[in-house]
Amino acid sequence: MAFRNVSLAFAGPPVLQDVSFSVAPGETRILLGPAGVGKSVLLKLTNGLLRPDQGCIRLFGEEISHMPEQKLFALRLRTGMVFQEGALFDSLTVRDNVAYQLIQEQVADEEIDSRVREALHFVGLDETFRFFPSSLSGGMRRRVAIARALIRQPEFLLYDSPTGGLDPVTSTTIIELIVKQRDVYHSPSLLVTHRLQDAFTMCTHHFDAATGGMVPLPKGQTDPNTTFLMLSEGRLIFDGSLHELVHSQIPFVREFLQ
Amino acid sequence: MALETIDKTAKSIVLTVQDYSLFAWRALMNLFHPPIYWPDFLIQSDIIGFGSLSIVVLSGLSTGGVLALQSAATLSAFGAAAVTGQFVSLTMIRELGPVLTGVMVSGRNASSMASELGSMVVTEQIDAMRALGVDPLRKLVTPRIYASIAMLFFLTIVADACGILGGGAVTVFMNNQNGTQYFAMAWEHLRFPDIVQGLVKPLFFGYILSSIGCFYGMRTTGGTQGVGRSTIQAVVTASVLIIFVDFLITQVLLSLFAGWM
Repeated sequence: MAFRNVSLAFAGPPVLQDVSFSVAPGETRILLGPAGVGKSVLLKLTNGLLRPDQGCIRLFGEEISHMPEQKLFALRLRTGMVFQEGALFDSLTVRDNVAYQLIQEQVADEEIDSRVREALHFVGLDETFRFFPSSLSGGMRRRVAIARALIRQPEFLLYDSPTGGLDPVTSTTIIELIVKQRDVYHSPSLLVTHRLQDAFTMCTHHFDAATGGMVPLPKGQTDPNTTFLMLSEGRLIFDGSLHELVHSQIPFVREFLQ
Repeated sequence: MALETIDKTAKSIVLTVQDYSLFAWRALMNLFHPPIYWPDFLIQSDIIGFGSLSIVVLSGLSTGGVLALQSAATLSAFGAAAVTGQFVSLTMIRELGPVLTGVMVSGRNASSMASELGSMVVTEQIDAMRALGVDPLRKLVTPRIYASIAMLFFLTIVADACGILGGGAVTVFMNNQNGTQYFAMAWEHLRFPDIVQGLVKPLFFGYILSSIGCFYGMRTTGGTQGVGRSTIQAVVTASVLIIFVDFLITQVLLSLFAGWM
């Protein structure tokens, strides 16, 4: 996935200006920035939910900036997206939410049930199979949204502030799931957050299959495939590793880190 | 400054009409290309058709009754109280049945479509659907439009029948006139163009109320307050358009059937 000189404005000043970056296979990119800086907009541009005014966006090697919506639907089936508040369909059960794509593809009920149970087991919510989203907590809804995004084992994942508004314990559970997904399936992803702690945890931890949990990497080591981007006033002002981020001399980056 | 405001408003109206035309046309044409969501069509038919039955029956009965009361009082002044049946049936079938049903169903369903889709927009459920590779226009709008067209057709027949029955009840029990005469007059003076007029209109009205309801729902912005605004706009626009389009269709059909009348 690659952005080349992408700009976008709604009514008023530009939301994104001349943004360029890419996500390579197996890479996890964490997009940092304060609230209202255009992070979610950038994420929606990535799979064509919004269109740029200028510039070029490539997804799986295809230029999508001017691609017709009908062709984009097929491309989006290869991506998974977790929305800020989960965006679960409130009239459907957890089973039907997670299986939404499979139901549209008319997959057999038995296979749907087994794949939904597997996805729910991955996010640790086996017992919610028949629940409605309204009976779940905020953290559980995000985990169901992750299960929904993962059920077709997408080739590229987008996370829009998956821990926003959650307590620290639940946030850690969500980050653990994202790290688990990263280290088990190795799918590339783009994660938007304004929480430095979550970003640093992702970079300094890995999933340990033996213990079934997230464990810290040895002191001084970071995940080489997890790197950072930072947006400020619609411009991409930083693109680099954790080491480069913490040693950056860019005034806004230093202010944000402090 | 004033010119600028007029310019902006005019452009905004033209753009809205253009957006609506494209939206409504695409939603209509979706029926001719797969995938077609038949289960959603059946669910919507149940919600719109069976769900609106009670209000259509009640309003049909009352309107027929009021027509009989009012017309009998006026007609008897000319010694023509016997044609009450003809008056009620023609008025219900040609005009009041379709328009009343259209406006009642629009009040119930255009509002429900606008608020339901509007809530889905503001909670990002529509974006989530698109991100999951499903076309919301095809999945949510097209079934609602075709269900509304089909159900309004049948609901109009129900409203017509209830109106004539209500008129009959008032004629017999309140105006103390002959029931057989009422129903004979109601039946004998019905002509083919009257039936066509009465059954063509709901096809247009169903399309208008559902496409307007869905259009405003899908354009919702501004959170829960925006949902309320979309709902009001949908009901008002759909009701006004139904009455305006009724005038146009009546004019066209009267010209077409000029030789029959």
